[in-house]
Amino acid sequence: MSLQEAAAAGAAAHAHEETVTGTGHAHPSDRSYVGIALILAVITAAEVASFYLEDELGSILIPALIVMMIVKFATVAGWFMHLRFDSNIFTRLFVSGIVLAAGVYLATLASFEFFSKDGVPGPARAVEEQSE
Amino acid sequence: MSTTAAPHVGHDEVVEPAPPHAAHHTSTGLSNEKLAMWVFLGSECLLFGALISTFLLYRNRPVLNGPSVAELYDIPFTSVSSFVLLMSSLTMVLALSATQRGDATRSRIWLLTTALLGSSFVAGQVYEFTTFVREGFGFTTNLQSSSFYVLTGFHGAHVTIGILILLSLVVMSVRGALPAARAETVEIAGLYWHFVDVVWIVIFTVVYLIR
Amino acid sequence: MAITEERPVLELTTGAEPEPEPLGVFARPVSTKGWRSWLTTIDHKRIGIMYGVSAMAFFAIGGLEALIIRAQLAQPNGQVVDEQTYNEIFTMHGTTMVFLVIMPMLAAFANYLIPLQIGARDVAFPRLNAFSFWCFILGGLFLYSSFLLGGAPDGGWFAYAPNTLTEFTSSHGMDFWAIGLQITGIASLVGAINLIVTALNMRAPGMTLLRMPIFTWMALVAQFLLLFAIPVITVALFLLTFDRRFDANFFNVDAGADPLLWQHLFWIFGHPEVYILVLPAFGIVSEVIPVFARKPLFGYPFMVFSGVAIGFMGWGVWAHHMFASGIGPVSVAAFSLSTMFIAVPTGVKIFNWIGTLWGGRLRFTTAMCFAVALVSQFTIGGLSGVTHAVSPADTQQTDTYYIVAHFHYVLFGGSMFGIFAGLYYWFPKAFGRLLDERIGKIHFALMLIGFNLAFFPMHVLGLQGMPRRQATYAEGMGWDLNNLLASIGAFVIALSFLVFVYNVVRSRNNVTADPDPWDARTLEWATSSPPPVHNFDVEPTVTHLDEWWHRKYAEDEEGRLHRRTDVQLLAGEGAGEAGDIHLPSPSYWPLVVAVALPTIGYGVVYSYWLCGVGAFILLGGIYGWSLEPSVDPGGAHGHELEPGPEPEPTDELATAPEASADEPAESEAAAEAEAVPAGAGSGPSASAASGEEGQA
Repeated sequence: MSLQEAAAAGAAAHAHEETVTGTGHAHPSDRSYVGIALILAVITAAEVASFYLEDELGSILIPALIVMMIVKFATVAGWFMHLRFDSNIFTRLFVSGIVLAAGVYLATLASFEFFSKDGVPGPARAVEEQSE
Repeated sequence: MSTTAAPHVGHDEVVEPAPPHAAHHTSTGLSNEKLAMWVFLGSECLLFGALISTFLLYRNRPVLNGPSVAELYDIPFTSVSSFVLLMSSLTMVLALSATQRGDATRSRIWLLTTALLGSSFVAGQVYEFTTFVREGFGFTTNLQSSSFYVLTGFHGAHVTIGILILLSLVVMSVRGALPAARAETVEIAGLYWHFVDVVWIVIFTVVYLIR
Repeated sequence: MAITEERPVLELTTGAEPEPEPLGVFARPVSTKGWRSWLTTIDHKRIGIMYGVSAMAFFAIGGLEALIIRAQLAQPNGQVVDEQTYNEIFTMHGTTMVFLVIMPMLAAFANYLIPLQIGARDVAFPRLNAFSFWCFILGGLFLYSSFLLGGAPDGGWFAYAPNTLTEFTSSHGMDFWAIGLQITGIASLVGAINLIVTALNMRAPGMTLLRMPIFTWMALVAQFLLLFAIPVITVALFLLTFDRRFDANFFNVDAGADPLLWQHLFWIFGHPEVYILVLPAFGIVSEVIPVFARKPLFGYPFMVFSGVAIGFMGWGVWAHHMFASGIGPVSVAAFSLSTMFIAVPTGVKIFNWIGTLWGGRLRFTTAMCFAVALVSQFTIGGLSGVTHAVSPADTQQTDTYYIVAHFHYVLFGGSMFGIFAGLYYWFPKAFGRLLDERIGKIHFALMLIGFNLAFFPMHVLGLQGMPRRQATYAEGMGWDLNNLLASIGAFVIALSFLVFVYNVVRSRNNVTADPDPWDARTLEWATSSPPPVHNFDVEPTVTHLDEWWHRKYAEDEEGRLHRRTDVQLLAGEGAGEAGDIHLPSPSYWPLVVAVALPTIGYGVVYSYWLCGVGAFILLGGIYGWSLEPSVDPGGAHGHELEPGPEPEPTDELATAPEASADEPAESEAAAEAEAVPAGAGSGPSASAASGEEGQA
């Protein structure tokens, strides 16, 4: 048995194993990818537009920007990074990191009274008052 | 020294890519390398989260020296940069698709394009930074400046590393080491590249657009 | 892709077939003997042993530092060292014990045992594993070189900024601290990725997650904690270094910076860190106690889930280290509450250990003594911990010796006792020699007595108001006697450690070939002692938790155990023939890439030219790593050298680790932060392609 045959035989044997690694499932065509990119471009344009329409949007501005950011993030992660079509394990790993980071850092910022009205806690307020 | 490549397919079909030949058995059915990359990306969230939070924390503080960064932004310019990086994710995914089809030439073209777009992004960052510095916003100027440059600098460094990886892939492809059966290597590089793009999506909104 | 030269085929006068040889520079080492083989090894067992030996060496050094502290504090107004030196010594003591002793010691166990316990041949990325070790040891040496280069770090192991900025420190010590910990941080992060992929992906057939041994589970949770915690301290260390070396403003109060930023970032890392330090030790005693109680672990699923719960909840308590720092009443209340909750899953473990012991036929080997001692000593530490959680009480306790008592009870009485239990338990497996039980009992007794003598009085001292981190204390405070007792206790601990070292040296006389001297339960005992390089001749198929136990024993109708007669070792004497097993060859690239990091580090402190040199080595090293041939044709392929037939390039069910890349893998050049040189190409054909290269 030549080496090539042996390798091929090994490969064939493995192709039948249930847990063969590989991307053996369907995924978007090139055309779909371009379409997704167009959607991302449109959202980016909307983001930039809302930046210029700051006054018209008022208090919706920040939530709107955040929503658009999340949509873009999820789109790239789901389609370009293939999470929608791949094993759940990858999604869980990535989401764990995101959730943990968000939780821990938002709590820290909250501890700094970042989200309170003037967002400037004690020591910095004193400095600010001094420089006035 | 290439191993057996997947059979060639026409460009227009959507095909199931050939499984990497002689794939090894794993408990989850997922490849070790791909799993490792996702695990790594999970940890990177904590890294960039800390840098973003530091920036946010200091953004609201009084500016005691020099300009505030908000005064200096050139949003149109940065928007174009962001768009460029976003499109580089598209070209990356097209490169992967081409590799999976066994189309080495297309794959190299898309990989090079991705690297080029990434380089334009970095060049744009460099231009932006030098402008800021000229306007009195240096690394040591104030709280905001240090945190701005460290955040965007770390991101830029990640992009640069990604460009090196992409160029290495092109060289590999030229040497025939990137047939369809090895497409996962491109996929894993792609994951890293998309992650860097996704971090920029957050930075662009949180640092530039939200005041 | 291998860099092979095409040479004209020569007719040799002997008529032998000429073999193609790769370029000399890229020839991959093959030897597994000799001291150089330790520099190039990628065998998880050898790497584990190197971690363990290094950690024990650092334990001796950290212990000496402790003795200096205790000599200084044995009496009021001590004169043994001046204040600057004292600050350096206690900083290095803490940093050493946390980062250079407990973490690498637990890494030693994790590296050695996880593949064996899950029935694998090695970790997922063997070369990356070696890289982690070299990063650790070089990072530790880099840190210690500060003593010779102007002074050691002196800001405490917690390095609160702005106190650690250049205006308040007189040497480069804190730079060595920050950069040294970056380097060891890379080791931990890369190791975590490696072990997570290993545990998830390389389990033997039939080993579901809930059939994984409890040590592997606890070590796996710790790896996830490392994965997410290390990046946080990475950022903190970068910010500190940028402030110190490049005049950034992160902690510059004059520029309006907030010192609490450092504290938050450090403790967001620091609290999960303490669970990293203790969970694997919990895993160790969860293995030891069932074996020597001759009962299965009580409530295995609860032990698993409580470990996971501790891992989760550990992220929500960090600011309990900051109760007195001005974070405000809302934060204090929130973190006080969350800290009280985390006692619950730990309590579950204590009760489960007791439940395991209850009704068992106990054998008090030295390992068992240390394991049971962990349960009691950690409980004491946990109880003082609960008192800290009550924030008004903590306002009195914080920054006093009461805290010092607490963390030594959990880290020494907890982690270190667990580590010693593990050393006595697994020593015969790793070295084929038994540690002497009588000497071991002396070691244990001295260590237990010395430890309690050293640290129990500190509870009293703390409540009497003795502050931490002070080089001297005044006369007439009523602290003299307890300090003296504590110092005596420290020297008793030192004596007990010498007894341990003597025991190790003396074990040369106590060779055993018994693969399973303790009649244990898990798969590492199913192979010879020490295991062959490939761990198992035949990959096991797992049908039970405590698989090895179930292969040895069956229960009859009345529930009594009887030993089966058809037990087969999975490797070693009386085992099957090693089928053809393909292992990756050793490599020197992990060491080369690791060397680049302290080079860059010295460059940051002294000269940017050195940074350039380091970066060049880093980049070159990563490319060399990616491009090296998976196996030197005609080489020994990492087997123990048997003149066997040339390996056939078949893919067996044996999970040959996929670290070897004869094709260049995608590589990420390391920035100063995480480097993940993915040393593996994607799945296929380590065997097939190298077979192509090698065959005549």
